Amino acid sequence: MDFTYTLAIIGLPFITFLILGLLHNKLSHKLAGIIGSSSLGISFILSCITAYFYFFKYGKIDGAYQKIEAFNITWLQLTDQLHIDMGILLDPISVMMLMVVTTVSLMVHIYSTGYMHGETGFNRFFAFLSLFSFSMLGLVVATNLFQMYIFWELVGVSSFLLIGYYYEKPSAVAASKKAFITTRFADLGFLIGILLLSFYTGTFDFFELTKTNGHELAMTMPAGTSFLGLSIVSWALILIFMGGAGKSAMFPLHIWLPDAMEGPTPVSALIHAATMVVAGVYLVARLFPVYVLEAPDALTVVMWVGAFSALFAAIIACTQFDIKRVLAFSTMSQIGYMMLALGVSHYGDHEGLGFMASMFHLTTHAMFKALLFLGAGSIIHAVHSNSMLDMGGLKKYMPITFITFGIAWLAICGFPGLSGFFSKDEILAAAYHHNKVVFYIAVLVAGLTAFYMSRLFFSIFFGKTQHYHHTPHESPASMTIPLIILAIFATFAGYIPFHDLITSDGRPFEAHIDWAIAIPVTLLAFGGMALAFAFYFKPSTMPDKIAASLKGVYTTIYRKFYIDEVYLFVTQKILFNIVSQSIAWFDRHIIDATMDGFATVTNYASESIKELQSGQIQKYGFVFISGVFVFAFILIYVFVY
Amino acid sequence: MSFESLLLMRHELVLLLAIVLLLIAEIGTNDSQKSIISPLAIILFALHTIVGFLPLQEGSLFGGMFNTTNIVATMKNILNLGVLIILLQSWKWLNATENRVKVSEFYIVLFSTLLGMFYMISAGDFLMFYIGLEIATIPLAALAAFNRHENKSAEAGIKLLLSSALSSGILLYGISMIYGTTGSIYFAEISQSFKGFEPIQVMAMIFFFSGMAFKISLVPFHLWTADVYEGAPVSITSYLSVISKGAAAFVFMIILFTVFKLFTPVWQDMMTAIAILTMTIGNLFALRQNNLKRYLAFSSIAQAGFILLGIISGTATGMATVVYFILIYIFSNLSAFGVVSIISAYTGKDSISDLNGMYKTNPKLSLALTLALFSLAGIPPVAGFFGKFFLFTAAAEKDFYILVLIALLNTIVSLYYYLMPVKAMFINKSESPIAYFKTDKISQLGLAISIIGMVVIGFASPVYEKILSFCFGI
Repeated sequence: MDFTYTLAIIGLPFITFLILGLLHNKLSHKLAGIIGSSSLGISFILSCITAYFYFFKYGKIDGAYQKIEAFNITWLQLTDQLHIDMGILLDPISVMMLMVVTTVSLMVHIYSTGYMHGETGFNRFFAFLSLFSFSMLGLVVATNLFQMYIFWELVGVSSFLLIGYYYEKPSAVAASKKAFITTRFADLGFLIGILLLSFYTGTFDFFELTKTNGHELAMTMPAGTSFLGLSIVSWALILIFMGGAGKSAMFPLHIWLPDAMEGPTPVSALIHAATMVVAGVYLVARLFPVYVLEAPDALTVVMWVGAFSALFAAIIACTQFDIKRVLAFSTMSQIGYMMLALGVSHYGDHEGLGFMASMFHLTTHAMFKALLFLGAGSIIHAVHSNSMLDMGGLKKYMPITFITFGIAWLAICGFPGLSGFFSKDEILAAAYHHNKVVFYIAVLVAGLTAFYMSRLFFSIFFGKTQHYHHTPHESPASMTIPLIILAIFATFAGYIPFHDLITSDGRPFEAHIDWAIAIPVTLLAFGGMALAFAFYFKPSTMPDKIAASLKGVYTTIYRKFYIDEVYLFVTQKILFNIVSQSIAWFDRHIIDATMDGFATVTNYASESIKELQSGQIQKYGFVFISGVFVFAFILIYVFVY
Repeated sequence: MSFESLLLMRHELVLLLAIVLLLIAEIGTNDSQKSIISPLAIILFALHTIVGFLPLQEGSLFGGMFNTTNIVATMKNILNLGVLIILLQSWKWLNATENRVKVSEFYIVLFSTLLGMFYMISAGDFLMFYIGLEIATIPLAALAAFNRHENKSAEAGIKLLLSSALSSGILLYGISMIYGTTGSIYFAEISQSFKGFEPIQVMAMIFFFSGMAFKISLVPFHLWTADVYEGAPVSITSYLSVISKGAAAFVFMIILFTVFKLFTPVWQDMMTAIAILTMTIGNLFALRQNNLKRYLAFSSIAQAGFILLGIISGTATGMATVVYFILIYIFSNLSAFGVVSIISAYTGKDSISDLNGMYKTNPKLSLALTLALFSLAGIPPVAGFFGKFFLFTAAAEKDFYILVLIALLNTIVSLYYYLMPVKAMFINKSESPIAYFKTDKISQLGLAISIIGMVVIGFASPVYEKILSFCFGI
């Protein structure tokens, strides 16, 4: 089977970006929306076809899913072995990601035609959306670390452009800078990791890096310990994970994600919920054989960072009032879940349950979290505020949003039968068999998630009845239809047999719901929902009283554990004052002065030799002949005598 | 000798045919029919250029007097491309009423000089080389004086003629000493008969070096350059600064690599000194020019200093980088000259201060000139960067670190003056900037080719690799 056509999946959004970007003044908004959405629609259809062919027809050889190179060109030949390629790699996780990215992106495109209606920068918005889709798809299908890195940065740029979409708003500009700088800083680790790994292995290629013979890597990795008792491979992979942690907003590099909510809500749904932020998870999954077989230490780091972030974000989410920020912390928490799942996984068969669970949760989360964000967008669209304090009783005004948001809420809480229930259960089962502490953290997070999501849900749709300036009304069909479609996915995505399709070694295994874990955890989730119901379903003073009684703790959590302030202190007080100022002095007084001196000398020399060019040909002849003889004398003296 | 072996001279024969056809056309037309000459010449030359790219066999003719190799053919093709661009760029100027009657002279004389250069590059002995050199030089003086009623143009012609006479004399003196001590004029035999550093042979080599240095305008043999460049018509100036210089650099390199390989340490030392002098002095003079042609003249002197960095290494890589650099240099310099000649043909203005505020009125031309200057300065991603970078690499590979360092310092200085016109166009304000004018299609085409070449060729690594596969070292 020739998969070369998959180039179109990636190429179409890029062409759309060029068309919309170059002609953004000439196209009408309607046309731009149609071009953007339909090109993504074609990408989506092609992805579906690819998924069908890959999973059900040609992907499986000898009972295991293979990596297929659909397309490849050598872009830069560095040495005989080391070269940078650009290509398309199809394997279970990349095909899965193609599906996830194109689905959510298509929904967001359609949704945006309604949500962004009447904005002056409408065409610019769609151009950037296309650029993002192109970059994300290029990242997903990368055949080698370097291609991934290039698209990784492109994704970062698109995210920067879209967060700062309202560039006349200072807070949006600050947020976009914060996101870009933080992730760039993390990517420094990624780059060093890539260089380390490629230096010792001599390749960037995923085929070669992740090839296995049974339970061993085919490639020999450098042995021995280097620093702090960890091997070189572990260090390289920890550094690579640092890049992933930055993109996926893992503690302590998470500070940009809440602020990134300054971007338009469809962007939050696409980039900061479903696709870009899971790039870190995808990166670890992509290199999973190397992590699990050669660098278990690095995988332990992944596990703890994931577990801690999940808990940390869930706690903060309980105290926030901005609905998008609650969702942002929830995203961080859920991604922590995915990381944790990877961290507890082993390799092969049922041992690789965590890997499968992580990918499973990535998919279901993309569906219900995109739905939550788009629903939130619909609510914000109607109420013109982000704060849940300004909301309440919206159930009767916005029935479709209410129902779809409700489905997503139940899905993320882990309500039995909905998608989140299945994927969460697999993660908990994997954690239970590997590390009890992590397991209990994960259980706690599940309870907290149910609580804060229910708090959000009840505050918006029930709670006290607000007096709105304009009566809120349901959003137009272009916004509600994507909500309905995503609600269907969020309901049924849990029934996809992931253990047959996406596993750590490509071979299907048997997985069942572990009722011994599922039942208690579901009861706990119900407990969280009940508590939220008690507090927020009807107006109640209880939450405020509790907050007041825990004043210090509450404020600390509300202020997000002061992590932002710590960063500000380190950068502004220490870096700017001490390091930057002295460097600035050196630059002004040493470097600039040297340059000025250079210019003065040049100018002086130029002034003093201008007589040479007199215009008189006899002088020219004289200089010529003298030159010949001077050289003749010197050279004959030096070389002959 | 069969007809096929005569085909080794294909470049020369086709060009000669073009010249003869033009002569016939000139004789066969009266004054009112002269307007067909220019299109005819351009079409003939374009055909000649295309024919040049057809695959060619390697071999030699006339008992080794005339050689054709892949690298020689490549050099000729590069020169052809450059001349084609110049022809397109000079269209507007040549069709001015005062030049109408002399059009065919321009083409015939120009093609003759190119023919001379071809023979010079292909030469296998000093006789062929010298004849080629003279065919290439003497008609150039006539071209420089093309606007003979202008004092400056006439002065340029006579200055070029006198200086060339002097340098030819010295060159010929050197050749005669070589003949006197070795008894041969064939390159292959001469290089065999050199045994050690004989004073008279070293002297002969230096004489030869000076003669070529004159053609490439290396310091201190460069003094004619600025006056001639300023006085000659823009098209001739661009021809002198890219084609004539490029051809001389090619043949200079070939002869140093083949004939004088025994004297490598000698000419490397001489070249180090001359490269440093050339880059530095060229830059220092360029800093204070206001006339665009004079400015580009000194810039081209400084660029010649950079070319030496590739030659000095004496390796195949070095040769490839020189050929590649000259290819890029032709495109970049012709882009710059193209804009200058368009401005000069339409408005008669030719100084940097005239460019003030031009971006407002003629944005496209301003951008073109900016790109060209960026390329000359070696700013990525324009091709000039790659050209210079490769030259530096070639020299650094052979441990000429001091030279590379000085060259780097010189690029800093050159940045300043390459950005001066850019500043004039984009930042400086002017009461009366050059008014908007519409450029004719042919000039646009000429400019477009050179700009596309300049932008694209830096990324086309197959071009460099192809050149490298043809090159040889000492």
